[in-house]
Amino acid sequence: MLLSTVAHAGSVLDGVRQRGQVRCGVSTGVVGFSAPETANRWKGLDVDICRAVAAAVLGDPEKVSYTPLNAQQRFAALQSGQIDLLSRNTSWTLTRDASLGFHFVAVTYFDGQGFLVPKKLKVSSARQLKGAQVCVQAGTTNEKNLADYARRYQLNLKPVVFESFEAAFKAFFAGRCQAYTTDASGLASVRNKDAPNPDDYLILPETISKEPLGPMVKRGDDEWLAAVRWSIFALLEAEELGLTQANIEARKTDTDPAIQRFVGGGEDMGKLLGLDKQWALRIVKATGNYGEIFERHVGQGSPLKLPRGLNRLWTQGGLMYPPPIR
Amino acid sequence: MPVVLVMISLDFLAQPAGFDLGETGGWLFDASQPLWQAMLIGLSNTLRVSMPALLLALLLGTVVGMGRLSTEPVPRRLAGLYVNSLRNVPLLVQLLLWYFLLIECLPAPNEALHLLPGVWLSKGGLAFPWWAPEAGGWSLPAQEAFNVQGGAAVTPEYLAVAVSLSTYSAAFVAEVVRAAVASVPVAMVEAAQTLGATQAQVRWRVVLPQAWRAAMPPLSNQVLNLIKNSSLAVAVGYPDLVSVGNTALNQSGKVLECMGLMMMTYLMLSGLASLVMNLLGRHSRTVASQ
Repeated sequence: MLLSTVAHAGSVLDGVRQRGQVRCGVSTGVVGFSAPETANRWKGLDVDICRAVAAAVLGDPEKVSYTPLNAQQRFAALQSGQIDLLSRNTSWTLTRDASLGFHFVAVTYFDGQGFLVPKKLKVSSARQLKGAQVCVQAGTTNEKNLADYARRYQLNLKPVVFESFEAAFKAFFAGRCQAYTTDASGLASVRNKDAPNPDDYLILPETISKEPLGPMVKRGDDEWLAAVRWSIFALLEAEELGLTQANIEARKTDTDPAIQRFVGGGEDMGKLLGLDKQWALRIVKATGNYGEIFERHVGQGSPLKLPRGLNRLWTQGGLMYPPPIR
Repeated sequence: MPVVLVMISLDFLAQPAGFDLGETGGWLFDASQPLWQAMLIGLSNTLRVSMPALLLALLLGTVVGMGRLSTEPVPRRLAGLYVNSLRNVPLLVQLLLWYFLLIECLPAPNEALHLLPGVWLSKGGLAFPWWAPEAGGWSLPAQEAFNVQGGAAVTPEYLAVAVSLSTYSAAFVAEVVRAAVASVPVAMVEAAQTLGATQAQVRWRVVLPQAWRAAMPPLSNQVLNLIKNSSLAVAVGYPDLVSVGNTALNQSGKVLECMGLMMMTYLMLSGLASLVMNLLGRHSRTVASQ
């Protein structure tokens, strides 16, 4: 204890420990990212981030309480301290990063905005949408990107802005708009799950924006920020090291120093974060590595069947590059 | 420990809005114009939908209210059915019902219904003739390849909000009218009849002026309710004050400022409406006492 440099926990992390629960803000239901399964059981990529953090900090991935938030409520909920962590497909932008009193933690999904159109419209490119009415959800970066795109190519697009995610695509499928726009991942989810007949609809090839999605925390507790950030990096590092939910127990004895550090056999990495030695081991046991989470919720093991694309590890040509755990 | 303070400042209103508005009601707006102009268009959209709805609600409400007082059973029962079915279902439910009815059941904009000469109805909205001085006369809408062009048009969102607001409020107005007429003592009518007044004189010179006076205060409430209820428009994507305010709130992150602005605006709108209603009420008192 004498030489220990245990990070002094800030108010959020202290609160999480006292409560024995991570309060996580999620969406009101986006399949693949965060969607309710039963009363207090949620499922999805964003949800697994919450579970990974709970596993690291509290030792149990189930110690999470979920608060469904719409696009308008999400920031106020985090500002007011109603939630500890906002893990709700939120795009990292300068305005949000610099003006809301939050820190973006890391990118958990690289997305981009696209368009969904009915095939009978006989449109193959977003540039052909001149004068079209476009259904969009209120309070998203999508609204601004749509305006930018319309101006850049002089398309005179008319937004029809809906309060909820559901109302926007319902109106689109009812024929109110010629196109529907949201992040590409959302388009796939809506097309596969909500379209009367998915084959009647086409996702246009253009990606009109960068949408780096990731969780946010409130400023003022750097220890909490670090714990959440490194929980996410641990998910990526595990994939890079080839550690999975199934094999991590067996590979605990692997002599590779990187694996030893990861599972808590070597140097104590957890101490610097104010956590114990096995924080990362517990994360992988709880949720699997990032690749497993991806495939389970949005990839080939899910109804969305989204390609890994930009979300592959850097070693496989993607953008996911965790800083080293050492 | 650093504490993040959310400072109240309205500077952000001068920033470019960065988002387009689907409906501007004749104003020109694009994303490069400042946020405060977007908010003003939101306010104008609120007024643009609540004023016609108000007029319709008063007219329809008066007719239904008279129906409730009718001695004939058929109009009386119909009016009763109207009032009881409309005022007992939440407005939001009615609004969504109207909206999804409109966009599910109407034909696509390229095969619009021709209701009347120059009036077309489709998923794209209701198009009607409009005075266009630059074209030198009335502009008549006509069916073209993809949609109806020309004239003026309102969107299905606008229609749903206007129709649901006016039909819903009319149920309450009808009750106000009925109560007001019923509040005139029967003795007044009998006295007028004894003096030899005709049926029309009794109605116009005796009953209505007094009923009008009794109706003013509850009618003011209905007017205020209607204006405030128009904020439900946000549910169907009509860009009213709340919808634009919410978008501004999200894009800028200025929660308290935007909420405060919306509250102040509704407060002023309601204040103005009360003032007008009070003036009308005072006028009716002087008329009645003459």
